[in-house]
Amino acid sequence: MNSLIPLIPFLPLIGFAINGLFGKRLSKNMVGLIGSGTLFASFVLSVLCFNQVAASGPIQVTLYNFFTVGNLSANFGFLVDQLSVWMMLIVTGVGFLIHVYSIGYMHDDDGFWKFFAYLNLFIFSMLLLIMGDNFLMLFFGWEGVGLCSYLLIGFWYTNKEFGKAARKAFIMNRIGDLGLLIGMFVIFQTFGSLNFNEIFATLPNMHLEAGIATLICMLLFVGAMGKSAQIPLYTWLPDAMAGPTPVSALIHAATMVTAGVYLVARCHPLYDLSPEAMHFVATVGLITCIFAAIIGLRQNDIKKVLAYSTVSQLGLMFVSLGMGAYATAIFHVTTHAFFKALLFLGAGSVIHGMGGEQDIRKMGGLRKAMPVTFWVFLIGTFAISGFPLMAGFFSKDEIFAFTFAHGGGLWWGLAGLGAMLTAIYMCRLLYVTFFGDFRGTHEQEHHLHESPKVMTIPLIILAVLSVVGGFLNTPHFLHLGNEQWLAHWFSGVIPLNEMHLEASTEWSLMIFTTSLAVLIIIVSYFVYRKKSNLPVSDTDQSSLTRLVAHKFYVDEIYDSLFVRPVEKLSKLFHYYVDIQGIDGIVNGVGSGVQRLGAEFRKLQSGNIEYYLLGMVAGAILLLLTMWV
Amino acid sequence: MSLIFILIPFIASAILLLLRPGGSRSIALLAALANLAVTAWCLGCDYSQGMNCTFSVPWVASAGISFSLGMDGITLIMLVLTNLLAPLIIVSSWGRNYDNEPRYYGLLLLMLGALNGVFLAQDGLLFYVFYELALIPIYFICAIWGGQDRIRVTLKFFIYTFVGSLFMLVALLWVYLQTDVNGLHSFAWADLVAVQMSTYSAHWVLLGFFLAFAVKMPLFPFHTWQPDTYVTAPTGGTMLLSGIMLKMGTYGVIRWMIPLAPEAMHVLNPIFISLAVFGILYASIIAVKQSDIKRLVAYSSIAHVGLIAAGILAWNKAGLQGGILQMLNHGINVVGLFFIIDLLERRLGTRSLADMGGIAKSAPKFAALFMIIVLGAVAVPLTNGFPGEFLLLNGVWNYNFWLGALAGLTIIFGAIYMLRAYGLVVFGETRPETANFEDVNSREFLVLGIIAGLVIVLGFFPQSILGLTDGSVDRILRAVQI
Repeated sequence: MNSLIPLIPFLPLIGFAINGLFGKRLSKNMVGLIGSGTLFASFVLSVLCFNQVAASGPIQVTLYNFFTVGNLSANFGFLVDQLSVWMMLIVTGVGFLIHVYSIGYMHDDDGFWKFFAYLNLFIFSMLLLIMGDNFLMLFFGWEGVGLCSYLLIGFWYTNKEFGKAARKAFIMNRIGDLGLLIGMFVIFQTFGSLNFNEIFATLPNMHLEAGIATLICMLLFVGAMGKSAQIPLYTWLPDAMAGPTPVSALIHAATMVTAGVYLVARCHPLYDLSPEAMHFVATVGLITCIFAAIIGLRQNDIKKVLAYSTVSQLGLMFVSLGMGAYATAIFHVTTHAFFKALLFLGAGSVIHGMGGEQDIRKMGGLRKAMPVTFWVFLIGTFAISGFPLMAGFFSKDEIFAFTFAHGGGLWWGLAGLGAMLTAIYMCRLLYVTFFGDFRGTHEQEHHLHESPKVMTIPLIILAVLSVVGGFLNTPHFLHLGNEQWLAHWFSGVIPLNEMHLEASTEWSLMIFTTSLAVLIIIVSYFVYRKKSNLPVSDTDQSSLTRLVAHKFYVDEIYDSLFVRPVEKLSKLFHYYVDIQGIDGIVNGVGSGVQRLGAEFRKLQSGNIEYYLLGMVAGAILLLLTMWV
Repeated sequence: MSLIFILIPFIASAILLLLRPGGSRSIALLAALANLAVTAWCLGCDYSQGMNCTFSVPWVASAGISFSLGMDGITLIMLVLTNLLAPLIIVSSWGRNYDNEPRYYGLLLLMLGALNGVFLAQDGLLFYVFYELALIPIYFICAIWGGQDRIRVTLKFFIYTFVGSLFMLVALLWVYLQTDVNGLHSFAWADLVAVQMSTYSAHWVLLGFFLAFAVKMPLFPFHTWQPDTYVTAPTGGTMLLSGIMLKMGTYGVIRWMIPLAPEAMHVLNPIFISLAVFGILYASIIAVKQSDIKRLVAYSSIAHVGLIAAGILAWNKAGLQGGILQMLNHGINVVGLFFIIDLLERRLGTRSLADMGGIAKSAPKFAALFMIIVLGAVAVPLTNGFPGEFLLLNGVWNYNFWLGALAGLTIIFGAIYMLRAYGLVVFGETRPETANFEDVNSREFLVLGIIAGLVIVLGFFPQSILGLTDGSVDRILRAVQI
């Protein structure tokens, strides 16, 4: 088994190479088969790994020494433990479904082969990120997924706006990456190693200054803020929706954006040492959770709503991490991967059926024409809203319980507010899109159709997972059997965290949030079925709506604070400092020497009297200096 | 062995310049490939015991000058850089059909020999001679085959670097006069290094060398000759200048400047490193809004070399190893980029970014190869740019936390200006001018394919290079402490 582990990331890389080099000459079926087939093989191997880890514990595999410089050394090596194997299952499993779906979704695109090549390259990078046994490997994957994100957001390259969105994503990620990079330097200086196992093994035996722990945690978190789109580095994610919808599902919902959560969970022994950093993580998470949800309320692009929802849900995961509930955060990563991939792919199915339309104001009543899409979208909406016994219900409930236990009533209330807003905008999306009358053009209505099986079957599988996914980790007090299975599974890496709440408290918290969610689902059904409550056109928006619809103008603020000053500085440096200033001095010295030469030439006039005068003057000067 | 590195190109150059035979390209390529083969042979030698493959004959014995060559791991990597890039530069010049080709390739080979000499020289005066000798062919290449305004630009370049070198000569002579080997002075590296001097004297020596090397690299604020020269020079010349010649400066810092006068480094180094780091940001910011792609890459090169210099000046293991590795990788990437620019200019007749766009559709192979080289330049992990940049930043960071963090901004700015340029060239709607953009032909594919392959292979296996220099870097760090 151990020798097969490197194949898990490298099979998709081989898929990338084949499709990238020869894809243009292969048939579309062949390209799709290679792309999904290599990934399916990785999934099967991951399942085998899972069994192996379950049977005999973590596996470490070293391929070769990447570099050794003095005592700074890093291997190209993999660590497959309970945490990483779980992430591997999500990435390869959900990734496979999305690959299959893409065969249908991208079928008419000229860049079909390129799309599959990039998707496979992404999976390779993502697997490096989660399977790496040291920070450098993690960083390879970390930047690699950023690159693939760039390539895929800008996939339709003829559109300049898409290109800009792609660049924005890469650059904002790199701001985070710089934090991670410096964090690695501090880690190496402190521990003399970049290897996870070595660092976490030495940690209990050394007296680490709290300040150093905080510094490391904050720097790593800067990386996480970039990758997982937290305030203030979140603005790239909504723009990233420019990419094809399967990309949004795979990269910008299910896998890549959760890398920050994985990073914090992986480094939890460090975070445990720094209450300040934990507090900061939770605060950023909470603010992001609410802020993004508010913006989500007034978006009319089906993918933008889901994008802000993702930002908001990621915020919730960081709240969970900040509360010390690491396993719970990964649990929510899991359920979120199911229902958010489902929702995005469902949205993709809608867009496919609508011939590219993304504005929900031009949809309506789609449930008749697209029954499968409707039902799976409904399941996704209910799951994310926390409808009883569905996936989001369990994972969110656990986060709330931890927030109440470790953060107190105020934190719980605010996190609950975020969840409430989530239920509202998701129901708005569902009802406006699928109920009521069709509001698009005749042409669109005529074209409207259910998506092919190659797209609906992955949707159905994801829908099933969104329904039952929560049972991976049921709370003790419900006595559903198999309690806290996932938390126990992680316990080798992440110690079990007890929240110390009375069962009655847990019951009342759960009943309160759940009834609220159900209430919102019911009330908004009646609100949004009425025509008068449909989202208005851009020109009729009230000023508050416009403020929210324009995302509080954060992009514009960043533009005037950072982008334009740098551009101005660029011109200032170039014209005034470089050309006129420094080069002016250089040229000045040059022409000065020339002029001096011209002056001196005059001295060499051949006039003997001048020479004599000079000689005498020199002699007097010499005498004077000697005398003084 | 080491003499061959100089003899082959000099003899071939003499044949081309004096006899002006036909088929000069093939002769040049053959000579360059022969040198590459010798380099490959040298990879197998053992450098753990210090200098290997030495060659020494007295030159002016009474003055302690000898024609003395030798190589250790550091020199080896510089030879790999020079002799690997030379054939690529020659082949990439083929499409241009320059007038008077024998002369062009003859000068190119003369340059190659001189560069090899610079890296091999173990005698101070010999080093200086080769250092100046390298300036002559590049001056003519730029002045004869360059673009608009070439005479003024090239003359400025020549005078600027020449004046810089004169300071070095004075400093070198001063140190030489302090040597005492059995009552005689000596230019031998070991004898020069052995001179003990006061911090005060070391100041001046250090400054003399620094001026020469800072102009050559170039470092802020001695860089203003560079963008004009890179833009004006013919592509082969730009490749020589940016790929190899500027490494004479960074190499000189490692081999000559710091070892000769470490006594004053603790005083002056904070200024040197700060200049280097400031230069990274300064040049990066300027690159952000450039409209001429060749000038953009020229400024980016100032930023990259600023980081290399900062890492070397930090004088620790990570910085030095990263610096040497990056000298090689920067050379590979920048030659790739200037070749790409040459193809664009040849096909579109312009270097202005505003006139490009939409090439991805008409030339997918070109777009893919360009992408790979850009990734190397942006130092994405698992490309050749990354390990060097990582080690360099680590080296600077070890020297000073804040300087390291500031230098680290280069990973953000690098992405900004390179991806902007790539996007403007390759993405966007196809325009009438770019609709028929011809994809790379087989010769161009060969050059770019080799470069792209190196970008990836060296990205996965940096230890293959780092391992070669490890012992030599340890040795020099032990011998010279600042």
